[in-house]
Amino acid sequence: MSTLYDKPRIRICGDRAIIVEYGAEIDRAVNEKVRAMAALLKRSLPAGVEAVIPAYRSLSLLYNPLATSTDQIAKTVEAREADFRQAEIAKPRVVEIPVCYGGEFGPDLEIVADQNHLTIGEVIAIHTSVDYHIYMIGFAPGFCYLGGLDRRLHTPRRKTPRTKLPAGSVGIAESQTGMYPQDSPGGWQIIGRTPRRLFAPWREEPFLYQAGDRVRFVAIPEETFRQIREMEWQ
Amino acid sequence: MSDLFLVRTPGPYTTVQDAGRFGYLDRGVPPSGALDSFAYRVANLLVGNPGDSAVLEITMVGPVLDVLAEADIALTGADMGMTLNGLAVANWQALRVRQGDVLRIPKARRGCRAYLAVTGGIDVPPVMGSRSTLVRAKLGGLEGRILKKEDVILRGEGVLLSTPRSLPGHWIPDYGPDITLRAIPGPQDDYFTKEMETFFGAIYEVSVETDRMGYRLKGPPIRPDEGRPESIVTEPIMPGNVQVPADGQPIIVLVEQTTGGYMKIATVVTHDIPRVAQAMWGNRIRFEKVSLDEAHTLYREQAERMRKIEEHLS
Repeated sequence: MSTLYDKPRIRICGDRAIIVEYGAEIDRAVNEKVRAMAALLKRSLPAGVEAVIPAYRSLSLLYNPLATSTDQIAKTVEAREADFRQAEIAKPRVVEIPVCYGGEFGPDLEIVADQNHLTIGEVIAIHTSVDYHIYMIGFAPGFCYLGGLDRRLHTPRRKTPRTKLPAGSVGIAESQTGMYPQDSPGGWQIIGRTPRRLFAPWREEPFLYQAGDRVRFVAIPEETFRQIREMEWQ
Repeated sequence: MSDLFLVRTPGPYTTVQDAGRFGYLDRGVPPSGALDSFAYRVANLLVGNPGDSAVLEITMVGPVLDVLAEADIALTGADMGMTLNGLAVANWQALRVRQGDVLRIPKARRGCRAYLAVTGGIDVPPVMGSRSTLVRAKLGGLEGRILKKEDVILRGEGVLLSTPRSLPGHWIPDYGPDITLRAIPGPQDDYFTKEMETFFGAIYEVSVETDRMGYRLKGPPIRPDEGRPESIVTEPIMPGNVQVPADGQPIIVLVEQTTGGYMKIATVVTHDIPRVAQAMWGNRIRFEKVSLDEAHTLYREQAERMRKIEEHLS
């Protein structure tokens, strides 16, 4: 059952931002609405609006108080929402992320298999069988909050976090799966690593995906990992 | 561009900052940039730079710099007892330095952060549209890090001033230990109907846990209304948001965070955020409730003030 509000709720977030909330919880239907509205608003930014930031269940809109008002923005958002039904919102993009599972790249793969009474092959098969929905991006550059991890792979975090996980590490924590775009400490169970550079500040497009896209993990052998890694990180 | 300073000692946390990195807030890249936007802008105006030039942001203790070439410089923000070749020189004014000079910026006597602008701006390659340093992500600035001993700091192209510039005293902010921050309730004011008065009536002390991500305060704990959860679905956060974590001790969010799951009881008005940047441990903070309309009036007044300052310093 969807938790979409009948009418979005506007929250005042200081003198330069408002939050337009579309639902109460983490819910695919709510997030689809967020994605659609973000696309509509970004297509042509309302006057005075400087940024549109989609999240799980809301959009944050940054504005210039010298150029517009919250009432003005609320009206525009409402008017655009009326267009929503007719509008052609592009289908979500599926972004393939190659992952080398297990071994030195995924030191916790066996733990995830053992705890869930699965073989390593089954863990990989399940993990690569889903297109994960990017609810939002935040916390760190390029870090995505993904939805859709199969229940059979839910695994608690490590008791002791690792002090340094290499960039590209792919892991599981409780009901979440995700990737670390940069070297960082972390307590997730690491099952593999992608050779793709998830955050490359110098690349023309620093990121591979945006909120609303889908992530599909594709298992690759070590040899392919090394080739891609060489190309991406040169 | 040319070599301007050789860093003899860097100070504990000196970074290159500009107006900030925008356009990637939806990709987890925080705005960064100078914490005290007022002192930052005035520093650039004093040396004749465009508004978004890069400066050094100095925290609590400053660097000792050997000057390698002629330039105009200006230090704004916290009073750090700066000296040039051993002689005291004032903040909030332009100063000509020459090869062989030694610039010392000892430590904050009032305020917390100082901004050193130089002719042409600090020259580092812009990354994703900004020269600001985000140390956590090794992004921007000087190799994405704080300054270290023996770094050579470059400056960009710029014209030396023909007449000295200084900011008139009535525009110089005072950084006393008792701070009032004006704040608008929300975005989650509906979670705190019972404790809103506590929050706006209390005096909080600035804890030692302060950095560019946020300022942690100590004082009367704030609890959500009965039946309300202790966290919300993760959402973007903005500079000035006052988060209330489970222990009830407020945190003022600054410029190096993009998302969070704590409720925000109130948000400090844009005009007063520079005042947070200048708060030191042990300083006392009181929040004063204002409406959105009042905050926008303050915003317009500040824009008008900046326009006058710009006019005066050109």
